This record gives sequence, C-alpha cells and structure tokens, in this order.
Amino acid sequence: MTTRTLPTTPAQAAQSAEPVPQARFDKLPLLLLAGLMLAALPLIGSASSWATLTVAGLAMGLIIFIIASGLTLVFGLMDVLNFGHGVFIALGAFVATTVMGAMGAWTDNPSLLANLVAVGTACLAGMLAAAALGLVFERVMVRPVYGMHLKQILITMGGMIIGEELIKAVWGPQLIAMPLPEGLRGSLLFGDVAVEKFRLVAVVLGLLVFMALLLVLNRTKLGLLIRAGVQDREMVESLGYRIKRLFVGVFVGGSALAGLGGVMWGLYQQGVTPQIGGQVNTLIFIVIIIGGLGSTLGCFVGALAVGLMANYCGFLAPKVALFSNIALMVAVLLWRPQGLYPVTNR
Amino acid sequence: MFKALLSHDLPRSKLLALALAIAVLGLAFTPFIFPGTKALNVAAKIMVFIVLVASYDLLLGYTGIVSFAHTMFFGIGAYGVAIASTRMGPGWEAVALGLGGALLASLLLSLVIGLFSLRVKAIFFAMITLAVASAFMTLASQLSDFTGGEDGLSFKVPEALQPGTEYLEEPFLGASIDGRFLSYYLLFVATVALVLLMLRIVNSPFGRVLQAIRENDFRAEAIGYRSVVYRTLSNVLAALFACAAGALLALWLRYNGPDTSLAFELMLDILLIVVIGGMGTIYGAVIGSVLFVLAQSYLQDLMKLGADRLVDVPLLSQLISPDRWLLWLGLLFVLSVYHFPSGIVGRLRLRAMLHEPTTGRSRVGSTPPGGGGGPLPPPGGSVNKESS
Repeated sequence: MTTRTLPTTPAQAAQSAEPVPQARFDKLPLLLLAGLMLAALPLIGSASSWATLTVAGLAMGLIIFIIASGLTLVFGLMDVLNFGHGVFIALGAFVATTVMGAMGAWTDNPSLLANLVAVGTACLAGMLAAAALGLVFERVMVRPVYGMHLKQILITMGGMIIGEELIKAVWGPQLIAMPLPEGLRGSLLFGDVAVEKFRLVAVVLGLLVFMALLLVLNRTKLGLLIRAGVQDREMVESLGYRIKRLFVGVFVGGSALAGLGGVMWGLYQQGVTPQIGGQVNTLIFIVIIIGGLGSTLGCFVGALAVGLMANYCGFLAPKVALFSNIALMVAVLLWRPQGLYPVTNR
Repeated sequence: MFKALLSHDLPRSKLLALALAIAVLGLAFTPFIFPGTKALNVAAKIMVFIVLVASYDLLLGYTGIVSFAHTMFFGIGAYGVAIASTRMGPGWEAVALGLGGALLASLLLSLVIGLFSLRVKAIFFAMITLAVASAFMTLASQLSDFTGGEDGLSFKVPEALQPGTEYLEEPFLGASIDGRFLSYYLLFVATVALVLLMLRIVNSPFGRVLQAIRENDFRAEAIGYRSVVYRTLSNVLAALFACAAGALLALWLRYNGPDTSLAFELMLDILLIVVIGGMGTIYGAVIGSVLFVLAQSYLQDLMKLGADRLVDVPLLSQLISPDRWLLWLGLLFVLSVYHFPSGIVGRLRLRAMLHEPTTGRSRVGSTPPGGGGGPLPPPGGSVNKESS
C-alpha cells in the first residue's frame, strides 16, 4: 500500500492535527463496473430491458456477495481457503425450505408483511444453522490443518462432500421446490421497466449486508482488528490480541452469511438441490479471484461484475453465458494478475 | 534388467513388493482366473484408474500441486476417441486421430492453465482448475451435436477389438479368445508401459527437481530452477497421461458420456486413491486403485444388503444405503488425510525401514526418493530441515 508513516519530526508533530495520510482510493474497478453497464446498453438496445437485466444482475451479484464475503475474509485473515463453503449455502437453503414449509399460513398470506416475516424467519433459521455448522466445521476440520495449504484444500473438500451427503440423507437427493411467498411474486412496473419484487428485496438486503460489513469493518474496534489481521497477523498477535478467537468469530460469521445467501439463492432459483453448494462454490471462487483474495471491496465489485455479466450474456447470447464468468476472470487477471484489489501481503 | 525397468525405484518393502506382484499377476491373468464379464470390467477399470491416478500423483504427490481439472483431461482423451470413432467410423485411424487430437488439446489447455495460474500460488491454481473444469463439463453436456450431450456417445471400436471377432473357435484355458480379450491385453500392455514411463519420469533428474520444488520452492528457485517452468511441465505431463487413460477407458467401454469421464465424483475418487495409496509414490496409485475399485465394485452390494436389513431404522438405513457411498468415501478421505498422510505405501516402507536398522539408517540420511513416508509437505517446506 502507499500508506507510510514517516518518522515523527518536530515539524510533523506540529502538523499532527492533519488527518492521517490515507491510501489513495483505487477507483478504476468501480469505473469498470460502470463501463460494463454502459457498454451493455447499446448492445441490448432497449432501455427498459436493459434496466430489467441490470436490476436482475445487481440482485444476483449482491446475493453472491453475501455468500462470498465470508469466504474472502476468512482467507484474508487466516490464510485458510475453505473449499467447503458450499455446505453452509446448501444447509441454509434446506433449513429455509423446512421453515417456510412449516410457515405455510404466513407464506400464503397475501399480506406483504406476513410474507416478509416468513422470509425473515427462514433467513434467520438458515443463518443460525449455518453458523452452528460453521462452528463445528472450524473446530473439527479447519483447526488441525492451519498453515498447511495442501491439506486444507483436501480436508475442506472432503468436508464439503460429507456435508452434501448428509444433507441428501436428511432431505433426500431430489430438488425441493422453494416457491416465493404470495406477496413477493410478480413484478413491479416502473414505466415500462419490469422489476421482479423479490429481486428488489435481494438488492435491499444485499446492500444492507454490504453497509453493515463496511460499518463493522471500518468503524468498530472489531473491524479494525480484522483489517489489521488481514494486513499482518503476527503483528496483531504480538500486540496481545487472540487472533484465533477473532478468526473463529469471522469464520462463524462468514458461515452465517453463507447460510443467508443460500436462502436468498434458493428463493432466487425457486428450488434447491443438494448440489447447490458445489455450483455456487465455483461461482464464488471466480468472484473472490476477480476481487483479489482477501479483499472485501474487491469481492463486492467482483460479485456485481459476475452477476451483471451473467445476466447480460444470458440475454444476448445464452450459450456464451455459461462461460462469461470464466472469460471475465481471465480478462481481469490479464489486467491485474492479483485481482482487482490485491491484498498486499498475499 | 528388472531394476532398470523400474528405474531403480524399487518397492523397498517386502510386503509392498508382494502386494505389487499379486496385483500385476492378478491383472495379467484375470481373463483366465476369473471368467465372467463383471470381473473383466472391474479389472479393466482398475487399470484405467492406475494410469489416471499415477498421472495425478505426478502432480499432487511429486510436485505438490492440487488440481481439480484432472478429470477434464481424462474426459478430453475419452471424448477424442469417442468423437473421432463416431465421425469417421470404426478403425485404427479414427482411434489414432482421436487420441492425437485429444493429446494436442490437453497439451495446449494444460499449458495455458499452467502458465496462467501456476506462477501465483497453489491455492489459486486449485480454484482456477475447479472453475475451468466445471465450465468444461457444462460445455461437454451443452454441445450435444458434437459430444452427444448428457446421453454421451456409443461408438464402435476397430474391428479387431470388437466382441464379435473370434480368434479361436474353442475357449483357451477357460477364456474365450475374442476382441474383448485382445482389448483387455491392449489395455494391460498400455497400462504397464505408461506406469513404467511415469516411474522413469519421476526418477529422472527432472523428477528430482519436481520433488525439490514440492519440498521448498523458494530454495529450488534459489538453486537455479525456474519453478514456474517445472510446475507447468509437470502439469502438462500429468494432463497428457490422464488423456491417454481417458482414451483407454473409451476404447474399453465403447461409450463415453459426461458422467463416465467428467463427473466430479471421479475427481474425488482420484484424490482418495492418491491419498490412501500414498502420495509421491507411483506404486501407491497401483495399490490404491486395486483396493479402491474392488471395494467400490463389491462393497456397494454389501451396503445394499445392510440397508435392506435395517430398513426399519429410519436414519441409519438412509446412511448405509448404497446411494450414500460417497459419504463414507468422504469420511475415509478426511480421516486418511489426518491420520494416514503417507498412505499404504508410505506405511509399508516405513515399516520395512524400521525392521532393517542398518540399511534403514543409511536411508534416513539420504531421504528416500519419492518422499517415502514423508507427510504432506507443509507450504513452508520444512520436512527435510533436519537432514539438510
């Protein structure tokens, strides 16, 4: 980074009222995002379909961001790459199907409030289940293999398989439908722009999570410690903070977010299969590679780019859409081999 | 002569040598000892897996790279033969052209992936290969005009290998000498040749550099070996061998589809066999494949039996039904990575070393090639700290 603390000289001490020198904010990736949206407009032609696709892309991107943010933080903080992150997604989604099935009276109710309560409860239940699993997973799977990359990859992959199979044993291997509640079906019309209601909910929720993450990371002591840990783990440890405990917290939080994302993803696809974890896993890997391993902002930009790209390509050339993410990743890596926002010490 | 064939990398354990001899002899005489289609199919699958897993061992065990795209190259090989045979009609030219094209495709693809992502770090490579492999799988099932989509391709092999071709009227020593018989021995010869070739590669100076990079890439680089180049070469070689294994599979099955050669479960099987057999020892691939495929083919029947017995117990019968085979596989995998990192071959060699203290001591000093009983290399590469 460009932040440097120079040795304090009397002259500088006099100027100490001045703000601490900040790293210059790198706007280029954000411009890339805007560029992507603008470039799609003439290709698609009609402004109303462009707006619909953009909202859909943002909704998808934000859901992906919810899922991927935990993974990228865990990697940044502890250098642990969890290939089993998909299990939390699947578990969240499956718990949500059960909860929403049990709350049939609330979901069939035409009142929007009742529907939102049902979705909210499902989200909470999914998050709790995923967080609990995260706690166990961290303890049993990840802790014994700290600092050993090769083993980490193998073990967490094994954990993913076990989790997926257990889910199959409990909920069965087939697709479970996850219909949207009554009040969230259909779309709202703004002029001739049709926006699906659920996508709006997803966008709002995604932005809320993003803001909350930014607030926690930038405005609280906890966030300060996490960011410091990402930059230099040993230094934080030597200052007397138990980074392992912090890490467990981040891992559990990340799992809970993955569970939340899983619920949203299930509702977005209107159905869940046990393979959902594996499918979303590849997507979020692409996202965190694009964003730069360990970077939250990069993860955000990457997720939005992937979501937008998938929707634009799905409209313009459906066959290409399957590879749009890989193409995007290759392009980004050719431009910045470490991802959009590289974390310095990695 | 024998030593030279094995590239002077002997089993170094009597038990291991015995197991290997049983495996090789068993495979060599399967058509005579175990008549019947199922036994022959299982033996052929074992041989395909031996080549496939040994090629993965080149990557994971010897170079210390985790790739999830190994089945992709396996699939390319299988699809190469399948597509060429459907398009050009059965014949040796089709097989040769398909295999050649597949090898070229694997070469280019692995080169690009390697150069692109191996310069950064292992974890990066693992993620990128995972993404590329899943994209390739979608591609294979989407391009249905070309690959037959989800249904796959059934095709005819050259006439000499077709089951209808009879070479002898009477069965010879209980085995009917027909096209299947010939295919089986084609597979056998190819497997032996490829495994010996891989043994040659890992015991060459090139193979030693790969092991040096696995142990400590920083130091290897300091000695003057470009680790990117060596890693990429290792990746390319592994891809080519996997591609050849895929071609063998297609020739044997006379069919190829996404589930037979590209499925992610296959990747898991490979990982498991490498870990159980012993990483960084080509012999581990042989022992592991034999045990694993045998277990897979016959244990599932046993699980079915158990599940039928326990049909009244709700969750337990779910857990041991043959559909949950992967669950137990996953558990076995995790447990063996934790508690059994050097695999069967590593354990046997360690045992042999402890039993012969005189030769054992001299070997400890020189660190047995192939990482013998060595655990998984930690990223810092401190396995051999005390011996250097």
